[in-house]
Amino acid sequence: MTEMREPIESGVPDHVQYLHPLMKKNYGNWKYHDRPRPGVLHHVAHGGDEIWTVRAGTQRQMDHYTIRKLCDIADNFAEGHVRFTIRSNIEFMVSAESKVAPLIEELNKNGFPVGGTGNSVSMISHTQGWLHCDIPGTDASGAVKALMDELIHEFTHEEMPNRVKLSTSCCEINCGGQADIAIVIQHTKPPKINHDLVANVCERPTVVARCPVAAIRPALVNGKPSLEIDEAKCVCCGACFPPCPPMQINDPEFSKFAIWVGGKNSNARIRPTFHKLVASGIPNNPPRWPEVSAVVKNILNVYKADAKPWERLSDWVERIGWPQFFEKTGLPFTKYHIDDWRGSRATLNASTHIRF
Amino acid sequence: MAKKQYDTPMLDQLESGPWPSFVTGLKRLAKDNDMMVDLLGQLETSYKTKKGYWKGGTVGVFGYGGGVIPRFTELKDEHEKPIFPDAAEFHTLRIMPPGGMHYTTDLLRKFCDVWEKHGSGLIALHGQSGDIMFQGATTANVQIAFDEFNEMGFDLGGAGPAVRTSMSCVGAARCEQSCFDEARAMRSTVNNFLDDMHRPALPYKFKFKFSGCANDCVNSIQRSDMAVIGTWRDSIQTDDALGKKWFAKHGMDELVNDVITRCPTKALSLKNTADVSKAEGISSVALNDSQSLQIENHNCVRCMHCVNVMTGALAPGKDKGATILIGGKSVLKIGATMGTVIVPFMKLESDEDFDALNELGQNAIDFFAENALEHERTGEMIDRIGLVNFLEGIGVEIDPSMVLHPRANPYIRTDGWDEEVEKAEQRKANAA
Repeated sequence: MTEMREPIESGVPDHVQYLHPLMKKNYGNWKYHDRPRPGVLHHVAHGGDEIWTVRAGTQRQMDHYTIRKLCDIADNFAEGHVRFTIRSNIEFMVSAESKVAPLIEELNKNGFPVGGTGNSVSMISHTQGWLHCDIPGTDASGAVKALMDELIHEFTHEEMPNRVKLSTSCCEINCGGQADIAIVIQHTKPPKINHDLVANVCERPTVVARCPVAAIRPALVNGKPSLEIDEAKCVCCGACFPPCPPMQINDPEFSKFAIWVGGKNSNARIRPTFHKLVASGIPNNPPRWPEVSAVVKNILNVYKADAKPWERLSDWVERIGWPQFFEKTGLPFTKYHIDDWRGSRATLNASTHIRF
Repeated sequence: MAKKQYDTPMLDQLESGPWPSFVTGLKRLAKDNDMMVDLLGQLETSYKTKKGYWKGGTVGVFGYGGGVIPRFTELKDEHEKPIFPDAAEFHTLRIMPPGGMHYTTDLLRKFCDVWEKHGSGLIALHGQSGDIMFQGATTANVQIAFDEFNEMGFDLGGAGPAVRTSMSCVGAARCEQSCFDEARAMRSTVNNFLDDMHRPALPYKFKFKFSGCANDCVNSIQRSDMAVIGTWRDSIQTDDALGKKWFAKHGMDELVNDVITRCPTKALSLKNTADVSKAEGISSVALNDSQSLQIENHNCVRCMHCVNVMTGALAPGKDKGATILIGGKSVLKIGATMGTVIVPFMKLESDEDFDALNELGQNAIDFFAENALEHERTGEMIDRIGLVNFLEGIGVEIDPSMVLHPRANPYIRTDGWDEEVEKAEQRKANAA
């Protein structure tokens, strides 16, 4: 056997070497910014230097040809430096305002929409799905592509009351994260267990320990050590599936989509909030998931029409109250919206504050 | 030229429309890459059956225990042979990007060259943990590709029960709200825990995230076990020229409705400039020749709203630093939890300040390693043992900023009350 190469445990590289020269020069010394148009940021340093940033949407999962194309645009129409936002938007930095319009034109010509700044709907933060995940209930890139096609106007314009962050997740672990509107798989049936495989594949005590409602117990099935589920207790979360793939939770028919709204990580105005369940039972319908898009667009339209300037979705609901949210969106309020998990009494209305 | 592509009528429907299409990208790669031909075959199958077909396994690079996400196909025929053999192994390398995700085109092209040669050519910028995800390598090519990235100065990120890849916002590089050097803090912290990253041995994952202000653009409060969020202790800085410019453009309606009434602690008020308080802790910005916006800084919670609306006219103070919150995580197992305040304020300027941040991280991880149950996140552990036990474990003193309100039930044994009062007096004396 040939000698193996020892890794150089270099960790995170120094970012300074990749900064645009103006960003390096004015590091920690910026004074203010404005947005000349959607998709463009203009930052001014204390010393008077100015930098323009053009933001464009990408498909996140990029073939190297796409990345090379973006590099060509950066070299020919910007200044060879780019960065990415956490929502997979690419940003090109330039030192002169005159470079902004030709850069935008070139990006649009090559199919990269310019936008995602300020009070727009930015690119959807998403997961891997069928492309690469080992436990996905659906695809991610496809659902995102289909929805962004429909929301393109809201990406390229700043017409929302405040910024809108969306996410999608292919299972209830919610790797896509908290968002103003989050689209998350919600399983509706307990896992189907392949008892022939459990003993060989699963560390049973680990699986038992993963269940949040203690619904799993060791059992002997057909003479083989396996696991059984108390289906009356099971909340169909899928937590047992990653450590025990024979406990198949994904179901082409019964794994549905749920929509959650009002998540916000910024501290601006009200404290950060978690998103709340508003709709579920939406079919998992590739390749374009039209039913999901319809629910999301309806919520966005009502929010756009009804919220006041600077209200994030959570600020808006805080002002109008949840009963009006359900009324205005037309979404049905069901018993499943009333929380019964730990701490749930704090989510009940312990007052006579009611809007009529 | 690669082998013939399969018909993909489902995926083809994702090639139309204005948003960039990943399917078009996959097909471009498949023109001269058999792995991508078969990847498209498997993905189309998933779209038809609504099922995933990947399983994990054990693939890594020499010297490390994590950082590669192994994927083997489970889509097999009756003889256990992969139906799409050229994509039977489709592993991902997680590579850590620089803080703020800045790149030169030269660097991105080098990444492309390596991945075109040794992988599928598919790169995700970026994964939800912040990694550059080089997706699609055979088991044999994982080491070869890693060696080339590693020689370029890049290193594997985290996976499994380990310290994970981190993120920092654009921050000081291009944002006026930056309250500390986010990328430096991220780099120095993560690089202090490379052993815990590359050789997974913790009870479960541990994530750090770094945001330069309370807008928290990397979502540290909800997505990290230890969130470092920029803030300041002194008064909001003001610029009269920019204040007047803002007011001339936006007017009284917007000032009242969008700025003053949206302050969560009612720390803003409209004043005749002659009546602006001269008291300590008050700052103000001119709106026109006679009126000013007055800020009561001791009642400001640094939420960032007014600073966001009136950027430049209002700005974070000069005495900057960070608030540290611990315990944020997603759903499993107890439900999502946010980080809560552990250190209300710490300076992040000198080398010693950054050392102190590292020490806090080290104490938190050491305590987590010794006390968390298997597969338990830090937030769940704190939920189980109580905040006070955690604070005592990591050597941090209590502070009223850690709670929304004091206890609302009497179920506590308080026979150590006098002793605790003495400690409180001592803390007060030490702080003075």
